[in-house]
Amino acid sequence: MTSRAEILGALSDVRDPELDEPITDLDFISELKVEDGAATVRLRLPTFFCAPNFAYLMVADAREALLSVAGIERANVVLDGHYASGEINGGVNEDLGFDNAFPDETESPSLEELRTIFRRKSFVARQEQLCRELLAEDYVPEDLAGMMIGDVPASSLLEKYLERRRGLGLDTSDDAPLLVDPDGKRVPEAAVVQHLRHARTVRVSIEGNAELCKGLLATRYNLTDREVRTA
Amino acid sequence: MYEKDGEKYFVVDGHVHYWDASPDNWIEGQEHYAKGWIECFYGYHQLGPEEYYWPMEKYQKYSEETMMKDLFEDGYVDKAIFLPTYLKSWYREGFNTTEQDAVLAEKYPDKFILNSRFDPRDGEAGLEELERKHERYGFKGVKLYTAEWHNGSKGWSLKDPEAQPYLEKCEELGITNIHVHKGPTIWPLNKDAFDPKDIDDAATYFPNLNFIVEHVGLPRIEDFCFMATQEPNVYAGLSVVLGALMHSRPRFFARVMGELLFWVGEDKMIWASDYAIWHPRWQVEMFVDWDYPEGDEYDDFPRLSTAGKKKILGLNAARLYDIEVPSELRLPEADTDAQTVEPTVS
Repeated sequence: MTSRAEILGALSDVRDPELDEPITDLDFISELKVEDGAATVRLRLPTFFCAPNFAYLMVADAREALLSVAGIERANVVLDGHYASGEINGGVNEDLGFDNAFPDETESPSLEELRTIFRRKSFVARQEQLCRELLAEDYVPEDLAGMMIGDVPASSLLEKYLERRRGLGLDTSDDAPLLVDPDGKRVPEAAVVQHLRHARTVRVSIEGNAELCKGLLATRYNLTDREVRTA
Repeated sequence: MYEKDGEKYFVVDGHVHYWDASPDNWIEGQEHYAKGWIECFYGYHQLGPEEYYWPMEKYQKYSEETMMKDLFEDGYVDKAIFLPTYLKSWYREGFNTTEQDAVLAEKYPDKFILNSRFDPRDGEAGLEELERKHERYGFKGVKLYTAEWHNGSKGWSLKDPEAQPYLEKCEELGITNIHVHKGPTIWPLNKDAFDPKDIDDAATYFPNLNFIVEHVGLPRIEDFCFMATQEPNVYAGLSVVLGALMHSRPRFFARVMGELLFWVGEDKMIWASDYAIWHPRWQVEMFVDWDYPEGDEYDDFPRLSTAGKKKILGLNAARLYDIEVPSELRLPEADTDAQTVEPTVS
């Protein structure tokens, strides 16, 4: 018997590519049913017109995550309340692929290229979060330039950074330099401050967008908005 | 005009709509989209303060009286700039066309500034249409939707060869303000049409035109910032930034503002309510009171002074549209000559 916790665990590996957060944390899952080796998940998004390419990726990734759980043989993922629900649900659950689900409507670059663009952004943002934390702990930028991954104290920020770094196929061993660009090239000491200044803007952009989407989801489905209003 | 603590602010609302999304205007067979569109807007509406919520029926179609009162009596707006959104494939008479806007703009010429649109995929005919409309209405700006679908095309780029004659025509006719929607990915499947990078080339080739990037490229604020910092004629259109974040996500609003002030600078930021998505009143009041929240994470962002707020709320847009600002509402000479603060890194 497969537990709901196991399934939710698998689904927590599915991220909104643009917002870089798990769909489980984003409250995108409105229903989960498990019966005799079959799992059904319903997904909901912040607006009727959310970018269909990202929606497709999440539905497809969710289905794959469900099928990766031992004991689940059939998986059905249903996207509700989206203008392209029909095409996306049909496309994913019949394994058509995005371009075949929207035969006349997509243009290159491919969905995988798009996913890579956002993986790179996410890598940069996570690196900045980690470095920000290190700088707050009295490291200086020159230290960061000389540090190896093995020199960094263990933390959940480090874990997240390494996960994104691995996702780009970059070296994550202890003796690899901490600060590299998305192509794996080491950031020279003289460029660290500038590199992190750019990286911060990338992080703010992703976070700002995530906050906007959370707000829209909460108003759309009358959810309690989890962010505490400070003003 | 807004007055607070002895300071007077000249208010130009850089982005307003007079739309009709009522069911009578939905095209048969496209109701799903027409309804979905306005519901999507309504979601954004609810990110503002609750006391400003409208019922859906009013939100679908509001009267002239409502708009005049909200903007000019209650909302402190001195001048409002119309930006059209056609969407004629879903709405019979269009969602918010130049012609619809012109009804009010011609009735209240001292209140509104009318703008139009073009789409380079309309070719030679579109170019003539632009010229005809300009002769009729005499506008100084256009609103462009590079992501709009059209006859099987899923969007266009300002870099396209077809767009060049249009930009040349704008230059020739004195249509100097090119507002480009680079904002939340709402409709198109095309992945690149909201990417702000095409503005870079256009801004370089057309140094006499101003490019106002509406919604600052959200969700690609960083791409917008890195580009805008290099182009003197690229501006940040703040609609949605204030409306969607200032009330509902104050800490994130502060970070986004900090980034914009750092990369783009207060001389190139233009406030807009995006009415009727949001009411201008609370935005003006809250923005004049705004400062960074407590916390050292905001320490290295540029500060925003009262003079900076005056520029963002109206003086910058007044400069782009040659709006006469009453002398008591202008900044002292020294401030108006201030250059955009250069970022320390670029």
